Amino acid sequence: MKLDAKIPDGSLEQKWGRYKGTTHLVSPNNKKKLDIIVVGTGLAGSSTAASLAEMGYRVKSFCFQDSPRRAHSVAAQGGVNASKNYQNDADSAFRMFYDTIKGGDFRAREANVYRLAECSASLIDQAVAQGVPFAREYGGYLANRSFGGVQVRRTFYARGQTGQQLLLGAYSALNRQVATGQVQLYTRHEMLDLVLIDGKARGIIVRNLNTGEIERHAAHAVVLATGGYGKIYYLSTLAMGCNGSAIWRAHKKGAGFAAASWTQIHPTCLPQSGDYQSKLTLMSESLRNDGRIWVPKKANDSRPPGEIPEEERDYYLERRYPAFGNLAPRDIASRAAKERIDAGYGVGPQRNAVYLDFAHAIEDYGIDTIRERYGNLFRMYEKITGYNAYERPMMISPAAHFSMGGLWVDYELMTTIPGLYAIGECNFSDHGANRLGANSLLQACVDGYFVLPNTISNYLVDELRSGKISTEHPAFEKAEREVRDQLEHLLAINGDRTATDYHKELGSLLYDKCGVLRTREGLTQAIEDIRALRADFRQNLKVPGDPDRVNSELEKAGRVADYLELAELMCHDALQREESCGAHFREEYQTPDGEARRRDDEFQYVSVWEYGGAEQSPILHKEELSFETVQPTERSYK
Amino acid sequence: MRIQLKIWRQESPEAKGRMVDYELEDVNPEMSFLEMLDVLNEQLIQKGKIPVEFDHDCREGICGQCGLFINGRVHGPLAATTTCQLHMRHFRDGDTIYVEPFRAAAFPVIQDLRVDRSAFDRIIQAGGYISTRTGDAPEANTIPIPHDVAEDAFDAAACIGCGACVATCKNASAALFTGAKISHLAMLPQGKPEADGRVKNMVEQMQTEGFGHCTNTGACEVECPQEISIYHIARMNFEYNKAFVLKS
Repeated sequence: MKLDAKIPDGSLEQKWGRYKGTTHLVSPNNKKKLDIIVVGTGLAGSSTAASLAEMGYRVKSFCFQDSPRRAHSVAAQGGVNASKNYQNDADSAFRMFYDTIKGGDFRAREANVYRLAECSASLIDQAVAQGVPFAREYGGYLANRSFGGVQVRRTFYARGQTGQQLLLGAYSALNRQVATGQVQLYTRHEMLDLVLIDGKARGIIVRNLNTGEIERHAAHAVVLATGGYGKIYYLSTLAMGCNGSAIWRAHKKGAGFAAASWTQIHPTCLPQSGDYQSKLTLMSESLRNDGRIWVPKKANDSRPPGEIPEEERDYYLERRYPAFGNLAPRDIASRAAKERIDAGYGVGPQRNAVYLDFAHAIEDYGIDTIRERYGNLFRMYEKITGYNAYERPMMISPAAHFSMGGLWVDYELMTTIPGLYAIGECNFSDHGANRLGANSLLQACVDGYFVLPNTISNYLVDELRSGKISTEHPAFEKAEREVRDQLEHLLAINGDRTATDYHKELGSLLYDKCGVLRTREGLTQAIEDIRALRADFRQNLKVPGDPDRVNSELEKAGRVADYLELAELMCHDALQREESCGAHFREEYQTPDGEARRRDDEFQYVSVWEYGGAEQSPILHKEELSFETVQPTERSYK
Repeated sequence: MRIQLKIWRQESPEAKGRMVDYELEDVNPEMSFLEMLDVLNEQLIQKGKIPVEFDHDCREGICGQCGLFINGRVHGPLAATTTCQLHMRHFRDGDTIYVEPFRAAAFPVIQDLRVDRSAFDRIIQAGGYISTRTGDAPEANTIPIPHDVAEDAFDAAACIGCGACVATCKNASAALFTGAKISHLAMLPQGKPEADGRVKNMVEQMQTEGFGHCTNTGACEVECPQEISIYHIARMNFEYNKAFVLKS
């Protein structure tokens, strides 16, 4: 597997401009001869499908939901970062780049991260032009707030529904192109395989989830924008349908998978209350602007929070990280919460939570201000838990949230398969080992609106000679047959355990062994356990119904089958990295005061895995990271 | 808790559906309504039966994909709440709960409790956008938008497209859904240039899809999980009249 990041020459500030100035273009009248498939209609997928169609390419857009507007970008709450420097607080593209690369614990590519910061301002312009109703000051200008891991205010927001509003902007742009006929939209279609012809991505096999029909779709390039795979932990902040199947099946066809184990465990989610639970709802990080996190100073303190006096509370983030306090980055905040909970200081019926308290903020700013800032979050909290957070502190707990890992991509966002691109959360690119809050919406949008539409022509220009790609090619026939065989096989096992049952067991295993804390011993054990669980799945799975109609259980079973393979790769990835960095914390590698100990001399690389074949160990490749502009330092928020 | 369920089962769009009885023991009051259906489905699979199909995804009240008729009310008994945010603590031990799909000619049943709401997408395709291309946007602070206008626009833009307004309306009208989008865009300076064409085309599409007329009963506003006001229907009518009457 050849890893060429294709980073352009020049200083950091010059690279993207130079790239755009010299890349090969497809002339306007030739674009209509080129077909592009985009899988996924979240922020990355919708924005890129719309932008490519505006340019004149012929686009097919796919999503498994019943409408593109449902994709899980819709659930992002707090905001989107951009270095506009509207607050006059010395923000700049460079400062944003530095915050992001430091936030990722110096495990991302400088050139990509700088480009993210550089394009951020244009995204706000774009969204405002689409009619996204961002929060505004009374003078009519855009408002900002702060997020974790930074000391400026560069986060733009639309109440607690920023993801929804940005997605509806992209969705409207997509629909405009559907109306012109430039985009063909396929909802309730799930990608089940990637088709390669002569080593190039040439199409996909999909299943129509309403009718069960298996379809072939061909194109000159395939763009995956299928989001994160945090749902592998079963209990997560993700939607029920979120899955890793598209990227996993692309991986099995040859796409390198980078940093699979780097998963963000978000510190502010609702704690688990029972076995029946299907997800852990996220409470936006923006709450940490005004909420203070604490646990009782006394272990196993069962008094209600209101009865615990100020001096008997441990505001542990403020204590340990005075410079950033409650706005410490997510990996650090999650680890600190887990440390307190494991040490017996947790609160709530299951002692698995910490308090997020707004009493001080309400005293300082008044209840109306807090309601305007977070009203919908408080309401959601009350609906789910039955408690009023204006009167008693929220109880929160860490939960699986974002996948920093994903398909390896070069500077052009192309995977190791020619013609296959990965954008948004499903790739590994900008966030390193930990993503900063409000950078996820940003990356999805920047990849989709600004980067991919400017890089894909460099590949497509050589595809003009290919003519129309036919779905009659034997490669399509073979891929379709394999997909049908897999579906039939899943139905034929006819055992006694449901897909959800396996998913829950896998998730709990991963939380335990490949979650916030990891050890060599735990990971080695996890690999064995996952193999055993996978073998059991193949013997005892039960999927009811038949394949030629709506069958949610069959959909789930396919996704869980992939998760059972991906989980093993995550453990291999965490095992080989004998250091702690960002969200990856190996207990063997910590400083005397319990912080992550990075080992730059040996591990300053991105792990990129090649599929080793069924039941074979994966093959490790390395993209060495070189830092030309910044010097990796010990990441401190104290 | 012990719960009796009467659930609409329909094998396909063409099949004739019927209510089927189920019973669940040990329902935990902290469960969400959909988690209760998950438990039912796990039990059905174990018994070799076909589980109940229902729409859902984010389970945090924002994607708009869930939507059931529960005891004759869209999204169940609570105000401003999607089905996924409804919890069993709002029911009592021994309750019988009727669960049906959203009903409207423009939302055909796909299977069991799943319905096809793609008509909403087609209404948006008819004009629910601002025609801006990627890359042509001016600097974001060039056009100030007063705080209150931005907040009002947000109130309309907050629609999650679940279809509760249609399902609860005796006319199955999509006026609240369509009005919210028209209103959101008409309030903003960026949306004004296309306002006339937008309202004409979207209203026409709404009618083509087979949604009924609005007779201002206000039921939609009562059931909307995002509490979108029928004021936006009035604004749609205003924009519609402006586009036709004032211009002619």
